[in-house]
Amino acid sequence: MEFDWDWIARNTDSLGEHALVHLRLALLPVLFGLLIALPVGVLCRRWGWLYPPALTIANVFYAIPSLALFMIFIQYTGLTASTVMIPLTLYSLSVLVPNVVDGLASVSDPVRQAATAMGFGPLRRLLRVELPIAVPIVIAGTRVAAVSSISLVAVGQLIGQGGLGYDIIRGYQLSFPTQIIAATVLIVLLALVTDAILVTVQRLLTPWARVRGKVS
Amino acid sequence: MNDLWNQIDLFWTWLTASSQWEGDDGIPHRTLEHLYYTGVALFAAAVIGLALGLLVGHTGRGGFLAVSVANVARAIPTFGLVLFIVVIDYSITPVLVALVALAVPPILVNTFEGVRGVDADAKDAARGMGMSGWGVLWRAELPMALPLILLGLRTSAIQVVATATIAAYPGFGGLGRYIIDGLARNDYQLVVGGTVLVVLLALIVQLIFAGLRRLVVSPGLLGTARSS
Repeated sequence: MEFDWDWIARNTDSLGEHALVHLRLALLPVLFGLLIALPVGVLCRRWGWLYPPALTIANVFYAIPSLALFMIFIQYTGLTASTVMIPLTLYSLSVLVPNVVDGLASVSDPVRQAATAMGFGPLRRLLRVELPIAVPIVIAGTRVAAVSSISLVAVGQLIGQGGLGYDIIRGYQLSFPTQIIAATVLIVLLALVTDAILVTVQRLLTPWARVRGKVS
Repeated sequence: MNDLWNQIDLFWTWLTASSQWEGDDGIPHRTLEHLYYTGVALFAAAVIGLALGLLVGHTGRGGFLAVSVANVARAIPTFGLVLFIVVIDYSITPVLVALVALAVPPILVNTFEGVRGVDADAKDAARGMGMSGWGVLWRAELPMALPLILLGLRTSAIQVVATATIAAYPGFGGLGRYIIDGLARNDYQLVVGGTVLVVLLALIVQLIFAGLRRLVVSPGLLGTARSS
């Protein structure tokens, strides 16, 4: 088998285009997932009895294969991007909801009491104290969700919405390994870059972690 | 809700048609194929993931490397890997290799985290009781890491059951056959039938692991033991 560099050179434009579509299909669901998981996590933390049912629902979705979930949604949303993005959003919830809850649980009681003593109301305490402390655990979950979402999108090509999945299937149909490798490697690269960006975001959001590291 | 009823009805007529239960394209044969792919891949992944995870967790060396490699492996799209190796060597082995690659990271990472998270005092106590390195690993670290190890195995098992459907795309069997063929023939009933069977299989796997957890994990770790 030979790797066809010429083909890569001739097709950088279309590969780049597919990569952008791929990122959009993969990361918007994670963003939606976060937007849902944050309030749900806060509510679960506030009323503990909500957590077990919420977790069970999230886990049930996780047990459904992506291809199967795409099929189920075809009926409702047709062969559109939503059919890929809604299942991916549901998947991200199974990682994000527990991580938001764990993150909020990692705030120690003395810290919470200190915030109250300083005159923080419940909302301001949540936004200024509890959520910032939860950031590392929430981001850890976001990284897992983002990476698996990026690698899952390719399957969406079976219903015509797969970003770089197009090149994987095309390469398979033409028995042309170069195109499959190119797309697969690009997907891994997208995942690694996204992961690195999330780590950077975490460092920017938690400046105290760095300071503490230097002092000790 | 009407749609949901339609889907259930569709699935039921499909499932109960007698022709579905015989021959190479029958449900029993396809399910066995699916279980075969899943079982082989999961067994190989468990051997690799447990061995590496226990080793790295017990010695405490190479943990960062192992977790990083596992996380990169998570980013590899199974779909791409399957089709790529199938183009080069058309047989079921590459499909199994791709499934193993999918299943190793969760097992490895959870085993490692489980063993590493074992209370240092408990390990000291085990050593103080005269256990050797192997003794500590088998009789203290492994049992205490079991809840996390089972969680890793469960995650992998569900992912493999779900992803083994992809084997049907390059022309192998398993329950994915129905989904892929149904898509190709625009036969929605077939798609729904295959989908529901895979989901049922995944749910059965969940139940098996929930049962295993009760059976093999020490009650002291589950918080179900009486404190008196």
